[in-house]
Amino acid sequence: MANLQSNFIGIKSPNPFWLASAPPTDKKYNVERAFEAGWGGVVWKTLGAEGPPVVNVNGPRYGAIWGADRRLLGLNNIELITDRPLEVNLQEIKEVKRKWRDRALIISLMVPCDEESWKDILKRIEGTEADGVELNFGCPHGMAERGMGSAVGQVPEYIEMVTRWVKQYSRMPCIVKLTPNITDVRRPAEAAKRGGADAVSLINTINSITSVDLDSFAPEPTIDGKGTHGGYCGPAVKPIALNMVAEIARSEATRGLPISGIGGVTTWRDAAEFMALGAGNVQVCTAAMTYGFKVVQEMISGLSQYMDEKCMTSTADLVGRAVPNVTDWQYLNLNYVTKAVIDQDACIKCGRCYAACEDTSHQAIDMSADRTFTVKEEECVACNLCIDVCPVESCITMRTLDQGELDKRTGRKVGTYANWTTHPNNPAAKAAE
Amino acid sequence: MSNSQFTPGVASGRLSADDYTRNFSDIAPRLEPHEARVAADRCYFCHDAPCMTACPTSIDIPLFIRQIATGTPEAAAKTIFSQNILGGMCARVCPTEQLCEEACVRETAEGKPVEIGRLQRFATDSLMEKGTHPFTRDKATGKTVAVVGAGPAGLSAAHRLAMKGHDVTIYDARPKAGGLNEYGIASYKAPGGFAAAEVGWLLKIGGIRIENGKSLGNGLTLDGLKKQFDAVVLAIGLAGVNALRAEGESLANVVNAVDFIAELRQEPDKAKLKIGRDVVVIGGGMTAVDAAVQSKLLGAENVTIAYRRGREKMSASTDEQDHATGVGVRILHNVAPVRVTGNGAAHEVEFAYTEDGPQGLKLSSETFRLKADQVMKAIGQTLSGQPEGLKLDGAKIAVTGAGRTSVPGVWAAGDCAAGGEDLTVTAVAEGRDAAEDIHASLMG
Repeated sequence: MANLQSNFIGIKSPNPFWLASAPPTDKKYNVERAFEAGWGGVVWKTLGAEGPPVVNVNGPRYGAIWGADRRLLGLNNIELITDRPLEVNLQEIKEVKRKWRDRALIISLMVPCDEESWKDILKRIEGTEADGVELNFGCPHGMAERGMGSAVGQVPEYIEMVTRWVKQYSRMPCIVKLTPNITDVRRPAEAAKRGGADAVSLINTINSITSVDLDSFAPEPTIDGKGTHGGYCGPAVKPIALNMVAEIARSEATRGLPISGIGGVTTWRDAAEFMALGAGNVQVCTAAMTYGFKVVQEMISGLSQYMDEKCMTSTADLVGRAVPNVTDWQYLNLNYVTKAVIDQDACIKCGRCYAACEDTSHQAIDMSADRTFTVKEEECVACNLCIDVCPVESCITMRTLDQGELDKRTGRKVGTYANWTTHPNNPAAKAAE
Repeated sequence: MSNSQFTPGVASGRLSADDYTRNFSDIAPRLEPHEARVAADRCYFCHDAPCMTACPTSIDIPLFIRQIATGTPEAAAKTIFSQNILGGMCARVCPTEQLCEEACVRETAEGKPVEIGRLQRFATDSLMEKGTHPFTRDKATGKTVAVVGAGPAGLSAAHRLAMKGHDVTIYDARPKAGGLNEYGIASYKAPGGFAAAEVGWLLKIGGIRIENGKSLGNGLTLDGLKKQFDAVVLAIGLAGVNALRAEGESLANVVNAVDFIAELRQEPDKAKLKIGRDVVVIGGGMTAVDAAVQSKLLGAENVTIAYRRGREKMSASTDEQDHATGVGVRILHNVAPVRVTGNGAAHEVEFAYTEDGPQGLKLSSETFRLKADQVMKAIGQTLSGQPEGLKLDGAKIAVTGAGRTSVPGVWAAGDCAAGGEDLTVTAVAEGRDAAEDIHASLMG
């Protein structure tokens, strides 16, 4: 069995699956249950400054969207940072770390944006023997209104400044957690790096309203007839998170900066995808909140099996493997030609490919009177929509045309690699001539 | 309780009150809202869906299922009723495993179709229990139409005609409207007086009058109706019952299965119904299965369906056959009754084995006997009481197009008309289509 041992910026854990800073990591009881189930590490739910703790709403704090059979696809929350006294959290963190030496225990922090506050909280956590800190510059609700969380994460200069303070006043490894509620995630990542961060973690939750109650006309979750935007997470946000991770992994300015991948990780496969795109480990929240802590066992067995099958002996063999293959559109091979092929034995004749292609695409699928569906290669642009809407896995596939083979749609033979930068229709290419 | 399953002869009260209640309660209760959502989520919303093509009334099944999935079962019901006003009963009695659900691509994919019938019931019940009627009548046309027969075909025709603004009078021989919905089909498929409630709901469209106790030859003549009305629809079903043509048919306790089923449907206290200890049902269709299963549910010890051809020729669906064997009915194939014996009342049936060859059915010389306190004949119904002068096609009323008979101004629909299967849903389709044709010809 593959060794899942993980070393992330010097923090060791038996596997790369950490629980993200969130409700599941708010106290000793939960964290110990997580460790018993097999989680490699936890980022303790965000601690605030000393003094009276924050308070939470006393009505619903989560909203959701569902797929078939109420499978939870997206979760939204308006919960704030920990609402338990700082002392209690610090005491429990210390107890847990002493008992679970082999697990990673990171403390998430969020205090007002001034040097004294950060200096003070760093001093307070020193004695806990925790493995590192994660700076919560991501939460988009509640705390942002008070100038913390994503309010900091949206201003690269603040990120750099606070990170610098943290590195100045603490010897602990420092992870900066980024908000996706920005236009270009590379800027805050660069700021964190300039400030001396050892790693970034992303994504935090996305600003969202999950639904509207059409009787009371209030956004959900609803508190006494009103609602507010919350942070969105779960399987639905994974594609957004994957892209942001990849952008940081392949950007020249941030290449090599360790990344802890977060955003909709639900299965071992999701985790492997984040890691292939450059994440050194992953953090999970919604999957645990939906199914309980036991899900980590499938992640461990699945990743092990995959790594064995790929002859990978360490997670380092996987991390970043897909990064070289993420490129800009302009470098995609325009002479790569594929055509959809429908496997008639697998086809159940639902006709969804036909409806999709005929109504919304290129009229490239023929339907016979006996409901046989065939691809018209002379019309097919290989858009992939038929495959995406087909309910039968692998029923429709893409056949890659060989070089020199005739593309019936264009009437031209498939040529060698050529991209937009040299394409005759590209004004910039012409100008360069 | 003095009687039991083992009481010899024909007796009532063989079971406990609880057994009767359980045996005759709803066989497939309405889906709960969550079950309906889960079932609806399985629909692929196929293009030009095969289920729709397989439905004799062409209900837009993917659309109504999507309407259920999105929390609007009332809209789903309207989609159903616009094609099939008796969609509530059809949801209960349609052999969906031979129609929409057989065609479902999920059946192809995984051998488990979307539960279209049960979803249809969820939708139709949701709307009907509100007591509202989803359609309104067009402006009155001043035209009048007579419909003979208040079964599925007649009710469907009447509703569509009334909706188009015509005034309709339905005549029916029986004391209650509904036809086979009221007097046929197994009790556990539509308990709780559903058939009568459905008729009441259907009539809310307005413009329909029902006169019971009248039929052709009993207070009505076709010529009289033609004179009195602008058009006539014959939806008289198949009122005759095929004879056994075997010795001993006239013995006591040799009964028609349709009469047994009708009596059972009308009796609210099932404990009052008499049933044999050993019951033999002769036939291979839905009527045979309904009679046999209900005999068992009334407490008969041994119930046998005897069919003269092979299993593959039985018109009762595989699901129906499985249901019968599931409640303990034995099905014998390739056996034909030779005689019923008994001293005044049935005691035994003698059968011969049969061979179904190219020359037709041949009886072998080998015979055997089955004990039978009660023999039920379920070997098919025939057209009976039809007016003179109508051209027939085989044993049914000949029709062209949407139910036009050989007599101008007279349409026929349902089991009495040639073509189509003898199913409730087919009768509804034919009634509806005849109504549209009448409307076009009256207004054209």
